[in-house]
Amino acid sequence: MMTTINAFLAAKGIYMLTLALLALGVAGIIVCNNYMKKLICMNVMQVAVIFFFLCLGQKSPGTIPVAVDTAVKASEYINPLPHGLMLTAIVVSLGTTGVGLSLLLRIREKYGTIEEDDLLRREELMTRKKKDGGDRN
Amino acid sequence: MINLMALEYRPLIAVLISLTASGLIYVLGEHIRPNAREGITLTAAVLKIAAVYSMIPAVLAGKTIKLELFSIVKGVSFAFNVDPAGMVFACVASTLWILTSIYSIGYMRGHGEKNQTGYYAAFAMCLCAATGLCFAANLITFFIFFEVLTVATYPLVVHYRDAEGTVSGRKYLAYTLISGQIFFAGIVIIYATAGTMDFVPGGFIKEGMLPMPWALIVFFMMVGAGIVKAGVMPLHSWLPAAMVAPTPVSALLHAVAVVKAGAFCTLRVVLYVFGPEAAKACHGADILAWMAVFTIIVSSFIAMRKYNLKARLAFSTVGQLSYIILGICILTPYSTAGALYHIVAHAFMKITLFMAAGAIFVTTHKKDIREMVGIGRRMPVTMMAFTAASIGIAGFPFFVGFVSKANIIMGAVAMGKPVFVATLIASALLALTYLMPVVFIAFKKNVDNPDFAEYGEASYAMLIPLVITAVISIILGIAPNAGLHLFDLSLMAGNQIFTPLM
Amino acid sequence: MTENIPVLIILLPLCSALLCLALTAAGKNLGIIFVKISCLASFMLSCIQLQMVVTGGTIHYAIGNYAAPFGIELVIDSLNAVLLVCFSLIGFLTLIFADNFGDRKRPMLVGGACAETALLITGLLGMTSTGDVFNLYVFLEITSLSAYCLISLGGSRGVVSAFRYMLVGTIAATFYLLGIGVLYAVTGTLNMGDMKEILSQGGHDDAMLTAMCFLIPAFGIKMALFPFHGWQPSAYTHAEPGSRPLITGVMGKVPAIAMFRFIYCIYGTDFRFVRIALIILGVFSVAGMLYGSLMAMGQTDLRKVLAYSSVAQMGYISLGFAIGTPIALAGAFLHMIGHAFMKGGLFFCTGAIRYKYGTTDINDFGRIYKQMPLTCGLLTVAALSMIGIPPTAGFFSKWYLALGAAGQQDWIYIAVLVISSLLNAVYFFRLIEKVFIRQSSELKMRWKSEALELPVSVILPIVVCFVAILGIGLFNVRIVDILLMTLEGVGL
Repeated sequence: MMTTINAFLAAKGIYMLTLALLALGVAGIIVCNNYMKKLICMNVMQVAVIFFFLCLGQKSPGTIPVAVDTAVKASEYINPLPHGLMLTAIVVSLGTTGVGLSLLLRIREKYGTIEEDDLLRREELMTRKKKDGGDRN
Repeated sequence: MINLMALEYRPLIAVLISLTASGLIYVLGEHIRPNAREGITLTAAVLKIAAVYSMIPAVLAGKTIKLELFSIVKGVSFAFNVDPAGMVFACVASTLWILTSIYSIGYMRGHGEKNQTGYYAAFAMCLCAATGLCFAANLITFFIFFEVLTVATYPLVVHYRDAEGTVSGRKYLAYTLISGQIFFAGIVIIYATAGTMDFVPGGFIKEGMLPMPWALIVFFMMVGAGIVKAGVMPLHSWLPAAMVAPTPVSALLHAVAVVKAGAFCTLRVVLYVFGPEAAKACHGADILAWMAVFTIIVSSFIAMRKYNLKARLAFSTVGQLSYIILGICILTPYSTAGALYHIVAHAFMKITLFMAAGAIFVTTHKKDIREMVGIGRRMPVTMMAFTAASIGIAGFPFFVGFVSKANIIMGAVAMGKPVFVATLIASALLALTYLMPVVFIAFKKNVDNPDFAEYGEASYAMLIPLVITAVISIILGIAPNAGLHLFDLSLMAGNQIFTPLM
Repeated sequence: MTENIPVLIILLPLCSALLCLALTAAGKNLGIIFVKISCLASFMLSCIQLQMVVTGGTIHYAIGNYAAPFGIELVIDSLNAVLLVCFSLIGFLTLIFADNFGDRKRPMLVGGACAETALLITGLLGMTSTGDVFNLYVFLEITSLSAYCLISLGGSRGVVSAFRYMLVGTIAATFYLLGIGVLYAVTGTLNMGDMKEILSQGGHDDAMLTAMCFLIPAFGIKMALFPFHGWQPSAYTHAEPGSRPLITGVMGKVPAIAMFRFIYCIYGTDFRFVRIALIILGVFSVAGMLYGSLMAMGQTDLRKVLAYSSVAQMGYISLGFAIGTPIALAGAFLHMIGHAFMKGGLFFCTGAIRYKYGTTDINDFGRIYKQMPLTCGLLTVAALSMIGIPPTAGFFSKWYLALGAAGQQDWIYIAVLVISSLLNAVYFFRLIEKVFIRQSSELKMRWKSEALELPVSVILPIVVCFVAILGIGLFNVRIVDILLMTLEGVGL
């Protein structure tokens, strides 16, 4: 029993961890009330996927994909492609975070808060004010 | 170089003329003077009549006029096929367009209506659609024009832009759009099972193509659209509601385009898609015939209780349209010819009645029958025309209504359906009981109603068309083939449908 | 030159987007003009490309001459070619239209919005034409990022909507990345064609199913398919008015194409769980069609009405995928093209009305047709097309969808199509009633001119959409034939 679990964890355990991280991120986005926290959770989620890809590229008897004299066969290197892909993904994630942060700044500027329930209250207030204004006209 | 004047392009031309007129009026409408706007309508009407009439000799000679334009959906063409049945309806529609147009001019001006641009544009669009569906060669072409007609009538119903009109408009749309969409689903199922959509005299659905409960369901999905437009009970209630529209519109709705399009749709579905055998085998025709019988009787009784002249005429329409449905569902050559000819007959008679009602309304602003005492003295010509048309509706010999009803009755006798015969005769008497009081009130002796002292006949633009239609309905009663050979065409259609079976 | 067309179509808007701000700094209108010219060029090139594809068959273009499966490949089949023409045209029209909505006093802001629009166009065109799953992710993110920015430009509501959309959109992108990660793990390739080859050898069903579970929600979120549509109504409503036609008309469609590619071109119909996936998709579509229309009925802001109606209309497209016969797929793509013009057109109208009267509340639209007959004409035609009244585009896509459903004996789908049309009729005729019938309301005109109802740059897109809706309707067979060149082999 223990051995099967151990074998499974040795082979797939790292994937389980990344999936747990992913779930944590998604749950955080849904549960958190503060928009900044939501943004952080979004980053956690993205990092989880980056880990996932890096784990894919990993294999135990393999070295980093830089040509050295001692290793001549392709099988002696780890797969560089996931790393390459993840470089792109990191850039994208950076871009998204940047946009997110600037949006947060704007929200803070316009509503004076980045707490979701405060924000909803204010939006409702705005709607009501608009409607009252409309009736008066 | 395509010879655009060739015979096979005439149906297209007839459709395009009205379409162009409609577009021109909508775009130019507000920028040109009313005379020019009405000029466009009248020119288009004359051209259209020329195009439609010019095809009659060829159709009478038994030639087929076919035109396939382009594929409208994969595997099916946008095609026209001029056959006798379509020709009958097209002749009626194009002839009455010009008369209603002249009448409209008198009515709209006499009544100082607003929104005339939209009115004339939508009117031309309706006629475009009506002609298109006469000549359509397959279900999808037919459906396109059918739906265009549905939509184009809507602005006419809500013409006055008031609350009542809006409600009627919604009711009209609810009935026609729902039935139209179900019709669409029916077409899809028919095409998926039969693999074809071309109208064939005698139908292309073979027995056993659709298993039994499905055949009946699909049958009613298909005719549903037709019988809603034709106002068969219990699906008629949009029709009296649409009475809020101006009188020329009511005339168009109730006599020319919309309700007749419904009847024509039923004709196409029952006899050109399902065909007599399949329609009989799935019991659809029987059920529909009984619905028609019910409608004929009940609508007459309702009509008697209506004192608004237009409402009374509307229920009369409901009943008369069911004659056509009944004629179709009896499934004999004579009754079919009778039903087709009733499209003609009822069109001329009912439009006379509506035009007379409109003329009275514009001159005296009276709608209620009880207030019309002695009006016949002031407007003798109008009321004479009204009387003639009333007698025709009742089906007296030497009036056009007789010819069509006699044929339907002959068909019913041939099929051994005494109940249908009895219904038709009873309804003639009922028609007398609800139309004749109007005449009697109008011509009441020794009463000179001071209300009407200052009024005379309506303007010539209104008077002339209604006299013409009244005269035509008498001429056609004496000589059913006069002029356009419409009766021959109806008979040809009837024979075409039933010949393959004999 | 001609062999580089596929990549030029994407590169032109990209370069112009990057240069736009610099040029705007140099001369006030220079940047915008440059973007417009390059998008027009992109549109023309995609027309030429369509001609080439129709005559010469599918084009495979290896970017940088690195041959597939190792390099990135653009695959232009007849399907892509048609859609590219449609999308680039709407993109160009939107750019023309957007001119009227910028704040003239802040040229850099206008130039920035223009650059973002061009980036959005780049992303959309790229997603449509790429043949590489990771490249698709990159273009997806380009699309998303520029869309977040454009939505956030629409005022304070827009900022919040954009932030919410960003959170959900990033979840979608992450799920997509996970999905292709799983697929990459079993196939070792990122090229779509190559991946199909390897997957079709069998034995990867479990991995494929896992990936599918990530991919369908991912695309579902991006295309705003019910029940993943939560972000969409507020984002569509509050987006920057100038670019709204593009966002609403095209942005939802492109992920749908990607979904089609995964289900039918990569997985193929031999996939063991394809039926289950299609049934689930069908349930989503049916629920979406009904839910979207019902929600649309309750709204009074025209933008919200149209946004919810988009949820319903995306249901039509995914319904076509769920039915899955070539003819139904053709219907779905025809609807995609038609709906792009309808929804784009309706938002052009909304923008035009807002431009002239400054309102989007349909209760204010009393008889505005007197002042703007042309706009109201398109409004009516587009509305009729949404309902599916012939001879507009909407009717014919519905026809093919229904025909496909009848072929598969899915009667319930036909019933839903009928019901959905009628629900559409309810709220679109309510709109028509308001525009044509209700008492005139006293609106202040913001823009007046003797000769025209609106400036030419507003009228032009409206007229083009008007012509397109009727043209696609009447000549749908030509388009369907082109679509079927690709679809013939892939359906059920």
